[in-house]
Amino acid sequence: MLSLTDVHTYYGKSHILHGVSLDVGAGEVVGLLGRNGVGKSTTLKSVMGLARPAGGRVTLDGRDITGLAPHHLARVGIAWVPEDRRIFRLLSVLENLRTGLDRAGMDDTRREALLNKVYGAFPVLRERRHQAGGTLSGGEQQMLAIARAMMLEPRIILLDEPTEGLMPRMVSQIRDIIGLLNREGVAILLVEQNVPLTLTVSSRVYIMEKGVVRHQAPAAALRADPAVIHQYLGV
Amino acid sequence: MMAPASLRTTARADWSFWLGFAIVVGLLIAAPVVLPPFWRRFVTEILIWGLLAMSSDILIGYTGLVSFGHSAFFGLGMYGAAAALLTVNPPSLWLALLYGLVGAGLVAVFVAYFATRLREIYFGITTLVFSQIFYVVIFTWTDVTGGENGLNFRQPGLGLPGLGEAAFTPTLLHWFVLAVVTLSYLLLRRITRSPFGMVLQSIRENEPRTRAIGYAVERYKIVAVMLSGLFAGLAGVLYAIQNKFAAPDFVFFLISGEVVIFNVMGGVGTLVGPIAGAAFFLLLREGLSRYFEYYLIPVGIIFTLMVIFLPQGFLGFLRRRLNQ
Amino acid sequence: MAIPIEQILIQTVNGLVNGMILALVASGLTLIFGIMDVVNFAHGDLVMLGGFVGATTMATTGNFWIALLAASLTVAVVGAALQVTTLRPLLGRDPLTTILATFGISLVLQKYALWQWGPSARHLQEPITGRFDLFYLQYPWYRVATALFAGAIIGALWLFLQRGTYGIWIRATTQDRIMAAAMGIPVPWVHTAVFAIGAAMAAASGVLFGPLGGVTQTMGADFTLRAFIVVVVGGMGNLGGSILASIFISLLEAYASLFVSPAQAVIVSFVALILTLLFRPTGLFVPTPR
Repeated sequence: MLSLTDVHTYYGKSHILHGVSLDVGAGEVVGLLGRNGVGKSTTLKSVMGLARPAGGRVTLDGRDITGLAPHHLARVGIAWVPEDRRIFRLLSVLENLRTGLDRAGMDDTRREALLNKVYGAFPVLRERRHQAGGTLSGGEQQMLAIARAMMLEPRIILLDEPTEGLMPRMVSQIRDIIGLLNREGVAILLVEQNVPLTLTVSSRVYIMEKGVVRHQAPAAALRADPAVIHQYLGV
Repeated sequence: MMAPASLRTTARADWSFWLGFAIVVGLLIAAPVVLPPFWRRFVTEILIWGLLAMSSDILIGYTGLVSFGHSAFFGLGMYGAAAALLTVNPPSLWLALLYGLVGAGLVAVFVAYFATRLREIYFGITTLVFSQIFYVVIFTWTDVTGGENGLNFRQPGLGLPGLGEAAFTPTLLHWFVLAVVTLSYLLLRRITRSPFGMVLQSIRENEPRTRAIGYAVERYKIVAVMLSGLFAGLAGVLYAIQNKFAAPDFVFFLISGEVVIFNVMGGVGTLVGPIAGAAFFLLLREGLSRYFEYYLIPVGIIFTLMVIFLPQGFLGFLRRRLNQ
Repeated sequence: MAIPIEQILIQTVNGLVNGMILALVASGLTLIFGIMDVVNFAHGDLVMLGGFVGATTMATTGNFWIALLAASLTVAVVGAALQVTTLRPLLGRDPLTTILATFGISLVLQKYALWQWGPSARHLQEPITGRFDLFYLQYPWYRVATALFAGAIIGALWLFLQRGTYGIWIRATTQDRIMAAAMGIPVPWVHTAVFAIGAAMAAASGVLFGPLGGVTQTMGADFTLRAFIVVVVGGMGNLGGSILASIFISLLEAYASLFVSPAQAVIVSFVALILTLLFRPTGLFVPTPR
């Protein structure tokens, strides 16, 4: 469904991605692992139109979406949950959700249904719905960031290090959410430092090193043979 | 960090620069002799505005500080010279220069203080406000500054102590201005190519990094503002001497705006560019104003388009073309 | 020499009236800066343009309120066009370039106004005539009405921002334009809309100010300068701050006019600016940043 082919991306003069190629099939959970600084976040940003690829292509269902503006991508079904969450701190929880909820084609019934579904998955957000986003705890902000992405009813979510800085209890909540999304048929491209979590939820995993994809394997294979992970990530 | 093209001097580039320089200066020396009176004056004025634009380039092009306050330096230089020429008898050229530079220098100290504390936009706004403060003071303090009507005074003669004095003919005045502007240009060129100049450019390109490397950015900024202010004040003195009057109009911030236009059109960070920009703008004004009274409309449009599409100005554009 | 209390009170009223008009101008400026980091040098000239369009419309229709509406809409469209053509390409570039670009626009607008409307001032007829007794003065009702009307417009703006989808879009884009875009908000158009709104408010100020001070080609520079000062003192991007600052600065100037001429009274606002920049650069009416 989503395909990157030989993508090269620069930040100013730094050549970050040296030809990244990967795919995510419809409804798949695909993991992207690698040490710090290899370009995992940049890969997600290159898909989302936040870092313009200088070479290569990004396609969605065969349609070329390379370098399209982010707001177009959100509307064709790609949602981005950034590494630092980027909650709109001065907007309430509900207003944060509304940035995605208030879309063309959403009548009141659908909106209410979607909102209730998301509140069901994240009850704490319903409680805090009129509170300013900036007053939420780190874990709650992560919930909000994912809930917000769900408001777009996306076909694929680009999840950047959702468990960073979270307590173990929240990590398992994230795992459950990913499971929930997967059951609904939403594809996920998961960038993570947490290897065990990634191997649990993903069906396939890519491993990046220095701006390219070095290894690709089914998660099961990597679970069975930890030596590969150790080789690339040193864990 | 790559040094800009102007600094990668090879022997050949140097030689061709000096040749070009000699030709231009030669033409300018010959100018007053061959040109009719109106154009003779005009060329002298271009030189003076060019000097002002050049002084502004030190801040905009080299240090990365946009100042809308050059009219303050210019104006203080002008009024300083006026003060000398009105209060001391017989009127002395050198005293006018001195008073003018001191006046501009004092303002520069003020502005320098703020330069070190404020970021881009705020610095720009503050310098603008400064110009306006001086404008209002000069405009309303009629007793001292002549208010709206400005001050009129006699032109001093060119003289050296002990050697006698010669009255300024337009030609002699032109040569004097040419000498001052040329010397200023050479001096500024030397300074911008020195290690000091390199640090300024480094500040412009990446201030936090420059600070991290260990440079006392504040001190460099202060010196840059002082330099810029002094040369702007010098331009003001020259203008006062040429025209024999000082008026508050020149302190109004729109003059600063015009200076910025010269800089952008000519090419910031090139020293020569702003002079070319001043020449271009003034010629355009002369030419267009005969046909269309509101010539500033197309000029303004050209300027805005240049900011968007040719931010390096004419000179920068030419330079990139030549480098290809 | 003691100043009689009536004079002080009268100046207070004057200060409030001027402050509200200035607030209308400054809100637009700070909104524009907050959302797209553009220091709109031409903002005062939009005020001027609004005033002239209003004057012309009023000359043809004789109705002040129609003139107000026409001026706001026209200048909103002009503003939108300017933003799309000259400012959009500059998004993300050096802030210096936007200052220069808006400066260029300012120049063009001023000279265009000179060309179309000539150098003499236009006066607009007050829509509300009649005076009331304010101490020893016959104070025009119109001045009070202006302040109330400006306040109403600002209030409407605030409501618009706080409620409704578009208000959320604008606030989200102001806080984080990248994330807003990633949420499907059409950021480039939000920018254009905000610029148009700011321009409309500026134009409205120009028309409202028409009966008070006349419309001249040079009023733009004056308004721009004042608006800048207010926006900095109030905290750039801070809507509430700029309103408070507008009133504060206008009151200061009004009181200063008791002692010096109005031309010199502006120095007070300059001093306020400089003191703010020195001691509380984020703005006088902004809570100290954590």
